[in-house]
Amino acid sequence: MTDYNFAYLDEQTKRMIRRAILKGLAIPGYQVPFASREMPMPYGWGTGGVQVSAACLTPDDTFKVIDQGADDTTNAVSIRKFFEKTAGVATTEETARASLIQTRHRIPEEALSQDQILVYQVPIPEPLRFLEPSELETRKMHSLEEYGLMHVKLYEDISQHGAIATAYAYPVKVEGRYVMDPSPIPKFDNPKLGMAAIQLFGAGREQRIYALPPYTQVVSLDFEDHPFEPSKADYDCDLCGASDSYLDEVIVDDAGGRMFVCSDTDYCRSRRAAGHVGAQGAPYEEGAA
Amino acid sequence: MTPLLQVRDIAKFYGARRGCEDVGFDLYPGEVMGIVGESGSGKSTLLSCLAGHLPPDRGEVIFDTQLHGPRDTLTMSEPERRMLMRTDWAFVHQHARDGLRMGVSAGGNVGERLMAVGARHFGEIREQAVDWLGRVEIAADRVDDKPQAFSGGMQQRLQIARNLVTGPRLVFMDEPTGGLDVSVQARLLDLLRGLVREMGLSAVIVTHDLAVVRLLADRLMVMKDGRVVEDGLTDQVLDDPQHGYTQLLVSSVLQV
Repeated sequence: MTDYNFAYLDEQTKRMIRRAILKGLAIPGYQVPFASREMPMPYGWGTGGVQVSAACLTPDDTFKVIDQGADDTTNAVSIRKFFEKTAGVATTEETARASLIQTRHRIPEEALSQDQILVYQVPIPEPLRFLEPSELETRKMHSLEEYGLMHVKLYEDISQHGAIATAYAYPVKVEGRYVMDPSPIPKFDNPKLGMAAIQLFGAGREQRIYALPPYTQVVSLDFEDHPFEPSKADYDCDLCGASDSYLDEVIVDDAGGRMFVCSDTDYCRSRRAAGHVGAQGAPYEEGAA
Repeated sequence: MTPLLQVRDIAKFYGARRGCEDVGFDLYPGEVMGIVGESGSGKSTLLSCLAGHLPPDRGEVIFDTQLHGPRDTLTMSEPERRMLMRTDWAFVHQHARDGLRMGVSAGGNVGERLMAVGARHFGEIREQAVDWLGRVEIAADRVDDKPQAFSGGMQQRLQIARNLVTGPRLVFMDEPTGGLDVSVQARLLDLLRGLVREMGLSAVIVTHDLAVVRLLADRLMVMKDGRVVEDGLTDQVLDDPQHGYTQLLVSSVLQV
């Protein structure tokens, strides 16, 4: 590779991003401003995550990208190709083999280890954004730990819907200090945020990076009489039969037919390879789609 | 008795222009102080300085805090001051939409201060919200409606409920009846007078409406060009005005 510097960004930029990452790791949940660069993709496609990945990648890394859990959607394929081309790193679809995983809106089902890094693409890093429009004010609220407003949102949910209806981007409190938006992951994934892997969050348009070191205490906000409940569709996967994974609903015809399948494609594939078959699944064949 | 609020020599300048100067008074618990004057006389500047919305150029605003006794709120750290603002103090804006969250239901608006001081039980927060809506004469079935669906008078009453829910000891009011028609004004004043007496609140009320201070205020300060020109008991000042400007003010009120 001579056309690009390794992993697209120049070394000074990567250094700047690494400083932001280190600061983020030192203050878990705190949004660190950084000088986000223009990337060759539109905002909203993961420019923040891509920059964080670029700053973390080494030539020995194995890279995996998922979009809503899937390895084969446009966003995942294009970012994987991007780093195959600009960094020449090995890529994989297997969660366990990857050392760096960039994700959009999901956490893999398989538990991650201490040797792995999970990079999130974040559209709006400020959990208080839609409650308090002023950035000056939200920063002050973070610095003074004034988080009553976050509960106003949950209060509104319960008064309108009878339960906390926020299903994704569910606000969490990190180490008893900062309230953080865990990016739009389903709240099903919230309990996994205290994992063994390093988690980095990059928001390109908003120019913020924040991070969770391994085994950070992450508590989902709730009320005493309406405790936090991670939720998923109340079915088993129709392909692999898993009852413990987050499911996508797929409409299969115009007559109301539907099936529920694992949103984590690698998890589903590995289960089927191990011989599990769901209600509508065919036995697994190597190489079949 | 220790005054709840001691104001000493407050001055605020906008460049060379005077906002207010040489203002000082004591406010005792349960007392309501009215500040009147024409537009541009520095009433609102003074109120913003007292309530901590605007840093004055000099002076002291000493508040009798529950934990540490009298403290100058201007030299207090910001977290302390903001804590004071959501517990012991309340601020009623002239326009309800400045003081309310328009996208949040009435119950959420009232509950916000409770949640800000750590309430985390939905049922209790809601119960208190409904209770307070009742006290400001808003029907309990409006608790989930947004303030946009309320009339101007209801919005103002909702703002008052939202401010009083944490049981503050001192309320700042900036033209609380401005922009309301006279019958709604009368009801609001009646309600405010009841609440102030019942809760033993102290209040500083800024208004240009002499009828408001006549009804609510124990003492009165008349301001002109940023300075206090006359002060005293409300009835005394209004019935026997000494300063020329006060005489003008009192005689300008239309008699029906």
